[in-house]
Amino acid sequence: MTENNSKETILTRTPIPEQDPAKRRSNFDEVALGYTPEMAMKEAARCLQCKRPLCIDGCPIHIPIPQFIKAIKEGNFEKAIGLIKTASFLPAVCGRVCPQEDQCEKNCTLGKKAEPVAIGYLERFAADYAMQNRNGADVKIPKPTGKKIAIVGSGPAGLTCAYELARLGHKITIFEALHDAGGVLVYGIPEFRLPKRIVAHEINLLNEIGVEIVTNAVVGKLITIDEIMEEFNACFIGTGAGLPKFMGIEGENLNGVYSANEFLTRANLMKAYAFPEYDTPIKIGKRVAVIGGGNVAMDAVRTALRLGAREAMIIYRRSANEMPARKEEIHHAFEEGVQFELLTSPVRIIGEDGWVKSVECVRMELGEPDKSGRRSPIAVKGSEFKIPVDVVIIAIGTGANPILPQSTRKLALNKCGYIIVDEETGQTSREGIFAGGDIVTGSATVILAMGAGKKAAKAIHEYLMHI
Amino acid sequence: MAKILEKRLIRYPDVFYYRINAPLISRKAKPGQFVIIRLHERGERIPLSLADINSEEGTISLIVMAVGKTTTEMSTFNVGDEILDICGPLGQPTHIQKYGRVILVGGGFGVAPLYPIAMSLKEMGNEIVVIMGARSKDLLIYENEMRAVCDKVLITTDDGSKGIKGVVTTALKQELEQSSANIVMAVGPAVMMKYVSETTRPFGIKTVVSLNSIMIDGTGMCGGCRVSVGGKTRFACTDGPDFDGHQVDWDILINRQKTYINEERGSFEAWKKRHVFAICE
Ligand SMILES: Cc1cc2nc3c(=O)[nH]c(=O)nc-3n(C[C@H](O)[C@H](O)[C@H](O)COP(=O)(O)OP(=O)(O)OC[C@H]3O[C@@H](n4cnc5c(N)ncnc54)[C@H](O)[C@@H]3O)c2cc1C
Ligand SMILES: Cc1cc2nc3c(=O)[nH]c(=O)nc-3n(C[C@H](O)[C@H](O)[C@H](O)COP(=O)(O)OP(=O)(O)OC[C@H]3O[C@@H](n4cnc5c(N)ncnc54)[C@H](O)[C@@H]3O)c2cc1C
Ligand code: SF4
Repeated sequence: MTENNSKETILTRTPIPEQDPAKRRSNFDEVALGYTPEMAMKEAARCLQCKRPLCIDGCPIHIPIPQFIKAIKEGNFEKAIGLIKTASFLPAVCGRVCPQEDQCEKNCTLGKKAEPVAIGYLERFAADYAMQNRNGADVKIPKPTGKKIAIVGSGPAGLTCAYELARLGHKITIFEALHDAGGVLVYGIPEFRLPKRIVAHEINLLNEIGVEIVTNAVVGKLITIDEIMEEFNACFIGTGAGLPKFMGIEGENLNGVYSANEFLTRANLMKAYAFPEYDTPIKIGKRVAVIGGGNVAMDAVRTALRLGAREAMIIYRRSANEMPARKEEIHHAFEEGVQFELLTSPVRIIGEDGWVKSVECVRMELGEPDKSGRRSPIAVKGSEFKIPVDVVIIAIGTGANPILPQSTRKLALNKCGYIIVDEETGQTSREGIFAGGDIVTGSATVILAMGAGKKAAKAIHEYLMHI
Repeated sequence: MAKILEKRLIRYPDVFYYRINAPLISRKAKPGQFVIIRLHERGERIPLSLADINSEEGTISLIVMAVGKTTTEMSTFNVGDEILDICGPLGQPTHIQKYGRVILVGGGFGVAPLYPIAMSLKEMGNEIVVIMGARSKDLLIYENEMRAVCDKVLITTDDGSKGIKGVVTTALKQELEQSSANIVMAVGPAVMMKYVSETTRPFGIKTVVSLNSIMIDGTGMCGGCRVSVGGKTRFACTDGPDFDGHQVDWDILINRQKTYINEERGSFEAWKKRHVFAICE
């Protein structure tokens, strides 16, 4: 084993190859291309192998980070993925979409003096390597316990819960409302950030361990939770927070105004970027404004560019520092030519003959910090101005979908409609029914949803083996 | 996957009846609800109302008018063929109770979803008048079925080839002037439902309409089907499709239905060039 611990190598992170911004802004291929084995080993060599690895504390599902990095450094990629898989079921997904800068990489010891280890890129490398070189021998079919568990929703929370429980020998059936499994991973996050074949590959592992996925099954309509509980021993609800919020401003129902969910669903799940080869149409604006500053807004604005918008902009009411999106995505959007109208808030959408013509905005200033700790924006009087656009996409957040709670007896909800659970177990107000992910926390992250699915799986297992 | 068990041309040349194997959906479906189908891997998701529900044999029926690419492509599907995805039952069922005298107004394929509603209303002991409109007598659908369950059937045709010459509102107004109703329910093109609502407004009769806005998922996730009702934004897929016709902002609905007119026309023309099909056999 040769080690190169020269100062320079330690300080600078190995960059990840990316598609050229000028080229990628007009295609849906993945932006980041991934490390080669040499790059991965070089980056892995930067890890200090801390005795007290703070990176793990920053990871909501406690992946054994230094251990898997060590395996990569030694060129033992099979071992690396094996170590990751002890904690995470969706490494190729997490390696691409986790906000690492706020989690593991934020805590990395190296980050205090230099750039933190590129933990996310390394995770992605290990996952992709395993996917390309898979021999299929690692799937063990467990001994059946005879218990049947229903999972509602196939987003990261539901998939993780299913995986954990299936590995323990329980019979799992997932009910999914849409025609494809994956939740936001397939309908929301675009192809250029998370290729759908990767999601499909990771989900396919579930089929191999005997999990049944029933698509086109809206729980609360086709079958109720109460009926599920007659047939199954326990149930996990992971339905996400998919109900789009609107601003309630004038002009929101004009043609050309989209919720980010509708825009992204047309583009991703329904492949409207390949219209008319695929049947679902989408409005390709010449000038597109996306309202919001989170990952959803970044995905929408970059999708609009790729569909052929000449100009695409983000309208966000705070400053760049407060934007909740992953730093990497903001950076990518900037490189691709997305414009940023910061400290700006829309007040109404103006139309002509039923179609969007412009959005009237007001400039904002930052005042005192609000409850969330972020400085709250205040409108500057008299600063109204119009931005001419023909498509407006609203990405200001989502709420809890009412279909399932409305149709379920005695399921305790908070005042916003989210399901109330015991934090440690995911247990709801009803025995045998557990929940987790965005339907409990409101819109959060893939990894937190996975963490919730995992916790609930453990609790469900204990519950079933003790009754 | 849902297998087509029966297919009939019910109105020359473009309206088809399908009976489809869907045991789970049929077990749960209620009048007024709909399904969303996707024909094949590249297909779009389109909503279709339930024209009949038979939970004993495990089937549902759809009546589909070939208007564009997807519905025309569906018209090329035959008995034994399978529809890739069928999701439902979606939406809130029509509220059925003992109202007394009920007037149902159907235009175009809208008469079909009114049929299971009429049957349920009849079972509750209501007196039912149905007004069915079409441009000309050849374009009427479901007349015999409706005659079998309704107490009175009024037909209107634009050209006067059958029944009252005029539009459904002509008959509706006459009927309301003669003897009132406890509730009016209308299903059909948005413009028709708008004028039905305007006709009943001065009489102060509650009017329920079934809104056909553009949808994708049908579960409240995309928000594309939003409509303005009583000044509030509502989702036709989860809050509806039934709403109080006097509260609906019709202009917004009608405008939003036109969102993809150009794109759809283009894709339909391209599809027609690539496919040889006979709408009626
Ligand atoms: C555009 C976008 C970009 C994002 N980017 C990132 C990112 O970069 N990094 C990150 O960490 N997070 C990101 N997020 C957030 C992240 O995707 C979510 O926090 C996460 O997916 C939540 O997982 P979940 O399993 O709780 O629910 P979801 O992923 O929402 O899945 C819920 C599933 O349940 C199904 N369902 C709902 N109701 C029913 C029902 N009644 N019956 C049956 N099925 C039902 C839905 O169809 C869906 O498939 C993003 C979100 C969006 C929308
Ligand atoms: C709740 C509901 C119930 C319906 N029930 C029936 C029915 O029982 N029988 C029937 O023939 N039709 C029904 N429709 C209308 C049917 O969905 C449209 O005719 C169909 O989507 C047209 O698709 P297309 O590709 O053939 O035509 P297109 O050329 O794509 O569209 C023709 C017109 O149909 C409407 N439309 C297009 N896409 C959609 C969509 N995704 N959702 C809703 N409307 C759309 C638009 O107004 C458009 O101008 C219903 C619609 C709704 C919302
Ligand atoms: S904190 Fe950073 S340097 Fe330390 S073990 Fe974790 S990744 Fe390696």
